[in-house]
Amino acid sequence: MESKKTVLEIKNLHVHFITDNETAKAVNGVDLILHEGESLGLVGETGAGKTTTALSIMQLVPDPPGVIVDGEIYFHEKNIIYNTDKENENMRGNGISMIFQDPMTALNPIMTVGNQLAEVIMQHRKVSKKEAKETAIQLMEMVGVKADRYDDYPHQFSGGMKQRVVIAMALLCRPEILIADEPTTALDVTIQAQVLEIIRDLINRFHMSMILISHDLGVVAETCDQVAIMYAGEIVEAGEIREVYKHALHPYTVGLFASIPRLDEDSEKLIPIEGQIPNSAALPEGCKFHPRCKYCKEICRHEPPPVQREGEHIYRCHFKLF
Amino acid sequence: MEKLIELQNIKKYFTVPSGLLHAVDDVNLSIGKGETLGIVGESGCGKSTLGRVMLRLHEPTSGRILYDGMDITTFHKDEMIQMRKYMQIIFQDPYASLNPRYTVAQIIREPLRLHKVCSSAAEEKERVEALMEMVGLSKRAYNAYPHEFDGGRRQRIVIARALAIKPQFIVCDEPVSALDVSVQAQIINLMMELQEKLGLTYLFISHDLSVVKYISDNIGVMYLGQMIEKASKRAIFQRPLHPYTIALLSAIPSLDVDHKREKIILKGEITSPINPPAGCRFAKRCVFAREECFSQDPELCEAEPGHFVACHRYQEIMSGTLQYTK
Repeated sequence: MESKKTVLEIKNLHVHFITDNETAKAVNGVDLILHEGESLGLVGETGAGKTTTALSIMQLVPDPPGVIVDGEIYFHEKNIIYNTDKENENMRGNGISMIFQDPMTALNPIMTVGNQLAEVIMQHRKVSKKEAKETAIQLMEMVGVKADRYDDYPHQFSGGMKQRVVIAMALLCRPEILIADEPTTALDVTIQAQVLEIIRDLINRFHMSMILISHDLGVVAETCDQVAIMYAGEIVEAGEIREVYKHALHPYTVGLFASIPRLDEDSEKLIPIEGQIPNSAALPEGCKFHPRCKYCKEICRHEPPPVQREGEHIYRCHFKLF
Repeated sequence: MEKLIELQNIKKYFTVPSGLLHAVDDVNLSIGKGETLGIVGESGCGKSTLGRVMLRLHEPTSGRILYDGMDITTFHKDEMIQMRKYMQIIFQDPYASLNPRYTVAQIIREPLRLHKVCSSAAEEKERVEALMEMVGLSKRAYNAYPHEFDGGRRQRIVIARALAIKPQFIVCDEPVSALDVSVQAQIINLMMELQEKLGLTYLFISHDLSVVKYISDNIGVMYLGQMIEKASKRAIFQRPLHPYTIALLSAIPSLDVDHKREKIILKGEITSPINPPAGCRFAKRCVFAREECFSQDPELCEAEPGHFVACHRYQEIMSGTLQYTK
């Protein structure tokens, strides 16, 4: 194995949302490594802690009620949890950038898209207005938005076009890491295909690393090299994409694949995962998946499973079931 | 197969400030008893409007709706209320379609009371409990409120309500789109079990082709208000004939990490459904479009038995002389 350069490392991250009534444990001990030039898919269902993990990296966890109660996040060997506001501002945009799910709300409705883009550049770099405009137009064209739309307002754009503008905005300062939080979930499939192609193309061109958050295993399969499956605030399985998709080792991952209707084969019957996603304010003891796991044994009810390894492929289960 | 419901030349236009929005434009279809017709298409293609028009929740601009041979487009309001005993609808968002101030029991018994189905309170309670059991809700839920449930269980309440008056036909408008996959599979399986048990007929609207493929017998593909291809599930997936259907199928992300399919990336602007120009509505995005496509609206033709397609060049696509190339 060649030694790949690590750009981001998360160690034992715990994030809680504390209110008067309850404490929601959104992220419970996430370990994650992102290498240079790599794209990592973070997959999970609603409330699995994907977005909270991403917001922690961006240092944007809403506080209160959100608190990073434990853990370290290293960006180039610097623990950014202790960043000052000034350092954070500098890191966002230049170092790490994020695309949010809903392009409709990510843009300011009363500012032309051109001005919004130029504003970002001027915020982060000492450039003249003219230079900012040039860079903005250059990026707009790169994502397939014509330069003559510089003075248009967001409402004049379709959903897919807005998401292109948002992508352009995230890439204006050439960040090293792009975090894309469900970037195509609000889009139609034919538009999704266009937007994913643009993202893949730009990642390669700028040699960026990416964390792609998605609930769609298909989107991740087509975009990422690595995948991490989250459940109830933990990474239950992670590894190289082909490894995990073909030889899933965690019962949740296996269950997830069995519950998706397939397009490429005639599925006989969908096998759902019984039960519900646990409430993050009342997580089960032991293995967090045990109430829904059909292989559950006594030990699973009491003891949190250790992280098991098979080469680069890791999973959190007491047993090797598959 | 005996037809349960049939649409003949259904049009639904909405007047908007900039003109006439052709939401549904001359759609014909029929669904046999006990069958599921899947309707797929992207946002704004008119699939939800079509579902609502079928129940006359929107009045069609023109055309006829035949239910069991009866032309229900001519029915008066009272007659239509009676008809709703047979036709129900399930909406996409179980967070919006349940009254937050009603308990589960109140929600489910509402249609029973509206249609004066039960003669006593005891009978009503029994019926509500039976419905809850049928959709897999525990008895404890009887006096609970919708906010106490997650999306999957809310959708079960919605299904129980729709089934309360024993309908024959249900329009399912994206019933699982708001749900996570592990729960989505539970609801899909439930809907298929209920269909078998109760002999239900579904119109299943979804943007998710894999879900539609799983649940439907026949599939209709819509694009900007028009039905552009219609066939058995097998034919649509094995041998799509419309350039849009072909592109749509190729655009779906695949789970297969070994065989990456080539994607067809559509270029060009989407035609506006407001005062649409003459010609094929897909022409602006279609790489095969030629002159006639921009001037003449293609008709829905039967390309092979049971397989309908609206494209001027379908014969070339069928014979393989016209293919997408990278």
